[in-house]
Amino acid sequence: MAEAAKQPLLEVTGLKKYFPIKGGVFGRVVQHVKAVDDISFTIYPGETVSIVGESGCGKSTTGRAILRLDEPTAGEIRFNGINLLALGKREMRRMRKDLQVIFQDPFASLNPRQTVGEILREALAIQQVVPKSQYTEKIMELLANVGMRPDSMDRYPHEFSGGQRQRIGIARALAVEPKLIVCDEAVSALDVSIQAQVLNLLKELQRKYRLAYLFISHDLGVVRHISDRVIVMYLGKIVEVADKQSLFANPQHPYTRALMSSIPLPDRRVKRERILLSGDVPSPLHPPAGCRFHTRCPYAVALCKEKAPEMKAAGETHQVACHLI
Amino acid sequence: MKLEYADVQQTSPKQTASRSKQKWNGFYRKLKRNKIALVGGAIVLFYLLVAMLAPVLAPFDPLEIHLEKKLVPPSAEHWMGTDDKGRDILSRLMYGTQLSLAVGFVSVLIGMVFGIVLGVVAGYYGKWIDTVIMRVIDVLLAFPGILLALAIISALGPSLMNVMVAVGIFSIPTFARIVRGSTLAVKKLEYVDAVRALGASDFIIIAKHILPNIMSPIIVQATLRVATAILTAAGLSFLGLGAQPPTPEWGAMLSNGRDFLFSAPHIALFPGIAISTLVLGFNLFGDGLRDALDPRMKK
Repeated sequence: MAEAAKQPLLEVTGLKKYFPIKGGVFGRVVQHVKAVDDISFTIYPGETVSIVGESGCGKSTTGRAILRLDEPTAGEIRFNGINLLALGKREMRRMRKDLQVIFQDPFASLNPRQTVGEILREALAIQQVVPKSQYTEKIMELLANVGMRPDSMDRYPHEFSGGQRQRIGIARALAVEPKLIVCDEAVSALDVSIQAQVLNLLKELQRKYRLAYLFISHDLGVVRHISDRVIVMYLGKIVEVADKQSLFANPQHPYTRALMSSIPLPDRRVKRERILLSGDVPSPLHPPAGCRFHTRCPYAVALCKEKAPEMKAAGETHQVACHLI
Repeated sequence: MKLEYADVQQTSPKQTASRSKQKWNGFYRKLKRNKIALVGGAIVLFYLLVAMLAPVLAPFDPLEIHLEKKLVPPSAEHWMGTDDKGRDILSRLMYGTQLSLAVGFVSVLIGMVFGIVLGVVAGYYGKWIDTVIMRVIDVLLAFPGILLALAIISALGPSLMNVMVAVGIFSIPTFARIVRGSTLAVKKLEYVDAVRALGASDFIIIAKHILPNIMSPIIVQATLRVATAILTAAGLSFLGLGAQPPTPEWGAMLSNGRDFLFSAPHIALFPGIAISTLVLGFNLFGDGLRDALDPRMKK
């Protein structure tokens, strides 16, 4: 990608999010769930970076921490060179114009007591995107952009299907003209046919407005369809970052390979070695020492139990955190 | 792109208009099916009408003393008889309805306003603010309602106004708890996060997104609390701490009838019936509202 030479849009460095667990009589903090533990990555303007991983690996938490919906424990988030974590409440609210989010559950992400028009009007009013006299016009434009009819404006969310509601959610995010949209499992709750429509819509909007996406998903098929680069997470850490082509053609980390081998193949005659991982994901309360994957890794050696692997280059656009590479 | 629009064109605009009212209609239908709730509603409505029309309906002046006609049993002239000072009990009850309803509504309003503010702040901001507010609420809750009201009135002095304040204060904890719980639940919903991500202020989030979505349990609770408030206020007046004579307050009238329970039982009987039916009406209606508005709260 030619973007490598450009200014990064979002630079995440050493991001950590620990959730305290309180216990005892006085509600002292007794432990931490290390949901996201020291991760760093970059997103360039107009690109789609995906985070994949299984449930509980910290991918959604990463998205929420970047948006400061959950306050990160440590780390630095630079957006266009501005450190978001240093901003005050008021400045952050203004900054939110540039960072938007689309949620997973289209039934929970719209206020049931507002019409679609009110939902979009509110977004326009909060960030004062256009003067008041142009609200209606702008709302029409937003609805058209996401493939909804203009008469949807006066209707309530419960009158729409899941796919339509997700479009409304996208329109709300677009209303403030953001530069980056965090798509948190944005299509996971939809039927496969609707998924494809919404993904294509996202791609179309990306071209039109030069949006960058941080696309959080557990579905490798979806990720393959939409991403430029892919981040693979396991138990709060990044295990591999690569260009989409490079990652899918040549996965390096044993965990990534196991993930890849779980994608169903359309052709029954092609036989592939299926890598089955044994055991469960360890608890993020007490992550294993050394490489977090060593408890389930078929190739683990003594070193893996002792030393956490660093990110290493495994190609021009490919990095991996494994001692064996 | 044909397919994309197919997904969108499911409902005609005509259907739409009726559907936005659907929720309200569903609520109304459920309430209508509940016969007992309707009876409760009818009782409440009846008393509301009596209160509003008291000056028109009352056959006599509620305060006028006719010593020559004291302790008259129910008759064609005085349907519910007269009390020990010859005042018409029916007229006094009618005017008393105004007081009882006013006490009920005003004190619940006081409790509701403070309860909502405290509950929303505790639930929304959490952390130490939540701890502080809820511990204070717990302290208030630790006192039995009537005892707390007694303490407040002994501090403020006996009057109907102070009864409203006292009953209002002891209603605060119930509202604060319900509001806090609902706020905690609604605050975690994705649409609240979405609005926060848009950069909305806390005030907008609370006023436009949290409050409208927690109104159902509040309305139900308010209806039920009106009954408690009326009963407590009557109790306090019975003890001589509320309305002062010659105010035609139901509790005070009941208390007045105590001395004549054997010679003229009608003096205590009719205020007693009035208090119990009005309280019953509010309770039945509140239960019906709860079933219709908020099925999850059903016990």
